[in-house]
Amino acid sequence: MKILSIHDLATIRKRAEHKLSLREESNEKVTEKCCGLASGTQHLQILICGGTGCKASSSQGITDNLRSAIQKNGIADKVEVITVGCFGFCEKGPIVKIIPDNTFYTQVTPEDAEDIITEHIIGGRKIERLLYIDPKTEHTVSNSKHMDFYRKQLRIALRNCGFIDPENIEEYIAREGYHALADCLLNKQPTEVIDLIKRSGLRGRGGGGFPTGLKWEFTHKQQSDIKYVVCNADEGDPGAFMDRSIMEGDPHSIVEAMCVCGYSIGSSKGLVYIRAEYPLAISRLKIAIEQARNYGLLGDNILGTDFCFDIEIRYGAGAFVCGEETALIHSMEGKRGEPTLKPPFPAESGYLGKPTNVNNVETLANIPIILTKGAEWFATIGTERSKGTKVFALAGKINNVGLIEVPMGTTLREVIYEIGGGIKGGKKFKAVQTGGPSGGCLTEKHLDTPIDFDNLLAAGSMMGSGGMIVMDEDDCMVSVARFYLDFTVEESCGKCTPCRIGNKRLLELLNKITEGRGTEKDLDTLATLGQVIKDTALCGLGQTSPNPVLSTLDNFYDEYLEHVRDKTCRAKQCKSLLTYTINPELCIGCHLCAKNCPADAIIGLVRKPHIISPDKCIKCGMCMARCKFKAILVC
Amino acid sequence: MSDIKLACDVAEQVRTICDKHGNNPGELINILHEAQHLHGYLPEEMQCIIASKLNIPVSKVYGVVTFYAFFTMTPKGKHPISVCMGTACYVRGSEKLLEEFKRVLGIEVGETTPDGKFSLDCLRCVGACGLAPVVMIGEKVYGRLQPIDVKKIIEELE
Repeated sequence: MKILSIHDLATIRKRAEHKLSLREESNEKVTEKCCGLASGTQHLQILICGGTGCKASSSQGITDNLRSAIQKNGIADKVEVITVGCFGFCEKGPIVKIIPDNTFYTQVTPEDAEDIITEHIIGGRKIERLLYIDPKTEHTVSNSKHMDFYRKQLRIALRNCGFIDPENIEEYIAREGYHALADCLLNKQPTEVIDLIKRSGLRGRGGGGFPTGLKWEFTHKQQSDIKYVVCNADEGDPGAFMDRSIMEGDPHSIVEAMCVCGYSIGSSKGLVYIRAEYPLAISRLKIAIEQARNYGLLGDNILGTDFCFDIEIRYGAGAFVCGEETALIHSMEGKRGEPTLKPPFPAESGYLGKPTNVNNVETLANIPIILTKGAEWFATIGTERSKGTKVFALAGKINNVGLIEVPMGTTLREVIYEIGGGIKGGKKFKAVQTGGPSGGCLTEKHLDTPIDFDNLLAAGSMMGSGGMIVMDEDDCMVSVARFYLDFTVEESCGKCTPCRIGNKRLLELLNKITEGRGTEKDLDTLATLGQVIKDTALCGLGQTSPNPVLSTLDNFYDEYLEHVRDKTCRAKQCKSLLTYTINPELCIGCHLCAKNCPADAIIGLVRKPHIISPDKCIKCGMCMARCKFKAILVC
Repeated sequence: MSDIKLACDVAEQVRTICDKHGNNPGELINILHEAQHLHGYLPEEMQCIIASKLNIPVSKVYGVVTFYAFFTMTPKGKHPISVCMGTACYVRGSEKLLEEFKRVLGIEVGETTPDGKFSLDCLRCVGACGLAPVVMIGEKVYGRLQPIDVKKIIEELE
């Protein structure tokens, strides 16, 4: 049906609210009681994560098996299986949640489906083996509210992820979806909307942190027959996946926010520039756009007003630099994604030379809720100059890998040790990398710094899109810097000299150092050249590309020195600096290492200690991985 | 233009794709996506066909094809292997994994085995960082792999 008035929207909301009420209620109350049909529960819902991570671990198979078990037991009228967006706790995926008792099952396999139906859904007994075990207390926790991972989080941009069915527009409407749009179109002037966004203090979540309201105002003020709203969904930062999860879990929030933006700046055309590597996000977004059209929330005369707006999808093709707005615009025009000098800003001359407003996915996901809850509400969250929350993709050597959302101003310590559950395998924390290839490494001394745009910049890193990679004592910081440089060199578009040649030289120096040929003078060259690139490169990518090198030089100078002076790598990562040997006292001569050595570098008689020939050893570490007696040493 | 070695029906389908997009040079990237989806890769001749349909220089098409990592001018193997080199996978050992794939298959990144069975590539983050290190073979995602698993996987696929 087409929604023509606020009244129609209210009718749908009422109808859909009923479906969501079970989930809403169980979200409000905290219960440890287990519900099942045997104990008189009338209706149950099984929510299953349909995000990329969980799908990769066969969440589709779980859904299929659950459905057939429901059929087999003849309880289809009482139990629903609903695919929702990402719950965030990817480390323990696939996740299955049972409503109304809020039981949170982790690492579920398709084989567990039968038990979930017979034991829990019918029998009303929790399945202990699938419950999350709190590593601190070693007790099982069945309600996600009681998990450290969720306790400190505040989910605003991710409010609907893991809660609603992303392929059902009515569930989104039931969560006050499209109400912000209706309110803007029917009751507010474009300038009022812009003013509200300005007052909320929302800053762009894509990296730069530019105030969103100001950006809208610039584009609004431009005189032009046609203007464009662009959603930047080219999430190129490796290790960041928040935009993907939002599009997979709550695509309608993006559609609604783009509409609101279009109304505010005077545009009738929206474009989403999305990575081709995100097939699931693309398909969910397409479904959302189609549904919004069918409901009359996209297209001509939306909600019976004069306002017309529609959205098209454009595909990226794997170029990190296209996250930069001018490069992105060129790419949408079918050209090489090379950035151009600003000004002119896209707000003046963007896509096809017309005024264009580019916002990132997470920024847009905040818009509808700011409008429904008010600018003042949003402005109370966060720090003085960074309002609201930030989504981080927590990854690397951390116990709880996943997607988290915390208020700005939360400290790194809270994120890593409380939400993230500390370092994997009880190792020692070394650094956390934020901001991706444009960011830097933060260390122990930054752990109590409240995270916001300005504090991260002051600490020599940046917010970036929100990737947060945790590293432990086994990571070599010189190698990490080399890894990022390798990335930048490959992704540099080649337009300006500092980035094209300068970064290449930086990479060569880092290769030299990790291969044991570096000198102390090279460290000075790294620092000077890094600074020159920072000062002279054309676009954001080039200007920030030396950050990983400069920040590791700052924080881990000793480690660089060891590489060049002593030719050692304390993390045992730089192959050229390592020697593998066998401890004759521990070696029992089982010959397993020799059998697995790809270079035939290990010799020895059975039951006699073996030796590694240093000339033949390719330092692959295979022997170490195979040895059951810890007899292989590396130094 | 050199002799057309591309099968006639493929060439015709590529022309149809261009027509579908109104032969609009602004649609070049979308056209290339569809053409690669159709044929698996974008050989020189195909780029010539697209250039003449859109009435732009071949150099421009070539410039775009080589700029974006997603487009390839070499045919992929029956089992295209992509090792994730995103940061999360890197710190959990994807570099060693890649070395092992190179060693077992005897090819470098960007190459295809002579029998056409396997090709090896790197990719940047599929967003399944919880499963790091991740390798994609075809459409299937393999998570939490160690170098010692590589040989077995290859043998299974062979």
